[in-house]
Amino acid sequence: MIPEIGHFALILTLFVALAQGGITLAGAARGNATWIGFARPAARAQFSLVAISFVLLMWSFIVKDFSVSYVAVNSNSQLPWFYRMAAVWGGHEGSLLLWLLMQTGWAYAVSLFSRQLPDVMVARVLGVLGLVTAGFLLFVLLTSNPFERLVPAPMEGMDLNPLLQDVGLIFHPPLLYMGYVGFSVVFAFAIAALLAGQLDSAWARWSRPWATAAWLFLTLGIALGSWWAYYELGWGGWWFWDPVENSSFVPWLVGTALIHSLAVTEKRASFKNWTVLLAISTFALSLLGAFLVRSGVLTSVHAFATDPRRGVFLLMLFAVVVGSSLLLFAIRAPKVGLGGRFELFSRESLLLVNNVLLAVAAGAVLLGTLYPLFIDALGMGKISVGPPYFNLVFVPLMVPALLLIAVGPVANWKRAKLRDVLKQLNLPLFVAVVAGVGVPFLYGRWSALVALGIALAAWIATAVVMGIFKRMRATRSGLLAQPRSWMGMHIAHLGMAVFVVGVTLVMGYETEQDIRMAPGQTVTAAGYELTFRGVRSELGANYAAQVGDIVLSRDGRQLRLMHPEKRNYFFSEMPMTEVAIDANGLRHLYVALGEPLADGAWSVRVHYKPFIDWIWIGCILMALGGLLAISDRRYRLKRREKRTAVIAQEAKA
Amino acid sequence: MKTRHKRIALIAGGLAVLGVATALVLSAFQSNLLFFFTPTQVAAGEAPQERAFRVGGMVQTGSVRRVGDGLTVNFLITDTAKTIPVSYTGILPDLFSEGKGVVAQGKLGPDGLFRAQEVLAKHDENYMPREAQHALDQASKTSDATRSQYP
Repeated sequence: MIPEIGHFALILTLFVALAQGGITLAGAARGNATWIGFARPAARAQFSLVAISFVLLMWSFIVKDFSVSYVAVNSNSQLPWFYRMAAVWGGHEGSLLLWLLMQTGWAYAVSLFSRQLPDVMVARVLGVLGLVTAGFLLFVLLTSNPFERLVPAPMEGMDLNPLLQDVGLIFHPPLLYMGYVGFSVVFAFAIAALLAGQLDSAWARWSRPWATAAWLFLTLGIALGSWWAYYELGWGGWWFWDPVENSSFVPWLVGTALIHSLAVTEKRASFKNWTVLLAISTFALSLLGAFLVRSGVLTSVHAFATDPRRGVFLLMLFAVVVGSSLLLFAIRAPKVGLGGRFELFSRESLLLVNNVLLAVAAGAVLLGTLYPLFIDALGMGKISVGPPYFNLVFVPLMVPALLLIAVGPVANWKRAKLRDVLKQLNLPLFVAVVAGVGVPFLYGRWSALVALGIALAAWIATAVVMGIFKRMRATRSGLLAQPRSWMGMHIAHLGMAVFVVGVTLVMGYETEQDIRMAPGQTVTAAGYELTFRGVRSELGANYAAQVGDIVLSRDGRQLRLMHPEKRNYFFSEMPMTEVAIDANGLRHLYVALGEPLADGAWSVRVHYKPFIDWIWIGCILMALGGLLAISDRRYRLKRREKRTAVIAQEAKA
Repeated sequence: MKTRHKRIALIAGGLAVLGVATALVLSAFQSNLLFFFTPTQVAAGEAPQERAFRVGGMVQTGSVRRVGDGLTVNFLITDTAKTIPVSYTGILPDLFSEGKGVVAQGKLGPDGLFRAQEVLAKHDENYMPREAQHALDQASKTSDATRSQYP
């Protein structure tokens, strides 16, 4: 009965979403206040209904109701309770339900935090979101019903894919989806503005916090996915340029361009058409990512059982969304004014270059991801594009973008003087050269790429610190008194510098050894000794493990024991590598067991990864910067002003 | 500077970036495309000698042999019609096993031995790597005799 209620709640949501889309958009077009007023309650109702059905699915997992097909396929009676709860989004159907929960959740958030907006604008935004929700609901109800029953009910479930039995599953998909889906809000704002024919700074100011929020979730989701792949897959790589990774990275690149372009539109009312186009593209690329990952055209851990109907439906949804919004754009765009003028050298033009670079990089990644699929679909053979392509294309495009990070914030809007800008960049240049030349020497092996990476990171970091100090001195105020959106920008840029340090040093100085280790044998990695003591058997909740004992020591002094594992899960009979990592913030020692060889020896993989933590710390800083930016007082101030204005009006009446 | 000049300069700048990017992309693309061949195609001499490519199929049952220090593994990849000998040094993925699907990436030596730099198996035991499945399908299409052996 419980699963049926969940299913019913979803069907009900579809009707509410369709009604919301129809009634509020019509109301906004005709200026009917009653119809417009339907927007907020409808958003609340959708969120409540989807939340009910989500909780009910989770309940089916908790009580091990294997008569629900999705539960039977993705869990097992011996799976620990927290994985049973996270298993709700461990497969295709449930992860779409999570998507819907986020979609309606974002819409509900818009209805809550939009008091400062005109009601007709809110109605348009929520109406568009309602239509998007309806599209996804149709997809779920027609092709991927998570509540489908299995007759007869099996006694035991098939278990969750062992790769997914990890804390990563609990956080990675929700964060990533929050990002993907969050861009639908920015998309809805853009469409609403196009419908109203009002593309102005106000629209950009309203969109900005939402775009930044979606972007920060996407940043965290991607970073967490990278970290998860790093320790779970046992290869020691943090980014594989795998098509699935790319399909989340392309929206991130375009989303990054979007938040920069929105800044120009808000401050200077320029780039309006371009910003709208980016808002549409970011959401379209999120949808494309969902299509690539969910349709089974790609093979990866994310592709579940393939059903061609799903791919076709998602492709149709994608076509409808992109087609209709581009059509609307084509009709409305010519009416949009040009906005503020600017000189050839100004903050606007620098941000324009940033946007072009990011867009080109996104295009190049997309090409490398989609080309093999096209060739395959045309029956012209099977090819793949390897990581060397992406590195070769991506790195040269990002070098100028990183250079500009330090230049943009010190250049004036409208018109900047080259001499003034250069004067402010003397110190960063000096620090960059010293660090770029010096750091590789510290590591003992000079490499031009490492020098370049470190120099860029030092250049950005010095410019950020200098910028903050200058402002503090000029305004004679403390660090905490600075405007939060301004601090947010600097923190995010600093995060980029930290990220670049991590990437540069890992790629420049990591070592990797695949070796045969007999009990008692020692291997050295970056000045550390690792002694293999042997392997023993242990029993886990739903697996049997072979646990290695490896002593980590330096100069004969024992530091700690490391326990890499090889697990065999009972129900899926799938072997899994669990790595052991020794981390101290400056480097990782990464040990993974390979296979048993003769005489108690094992093949063992030993990696040394300098500064790899900085990759993820950098991402966290970027997200933190985003968080600071959206907490800026000026987004709240507007609301208060508006409210006092309303109160004043009421008092007058 | 006049507005028109400014616009021209901006457009020229944008085009220059695009041009450089396109050149980068195309040259990188050319040298990094990995083509896929089935064991039958390799046996027919269709695969290149110096360039890296991918070959896929099933690991032939009973063909996996460890040599030397135990880190080098020799095995046969079959599409049920033809086989190709593969040598790989390093740690194999968790799901590599005899009778299961596999894709190897590397170069073909003049002696006909495929030296793999990378061996890929699926993330999940239930599914075949797409390319491996493709190789098996191709082979079963061309030869009816093998169809009975391959379910």
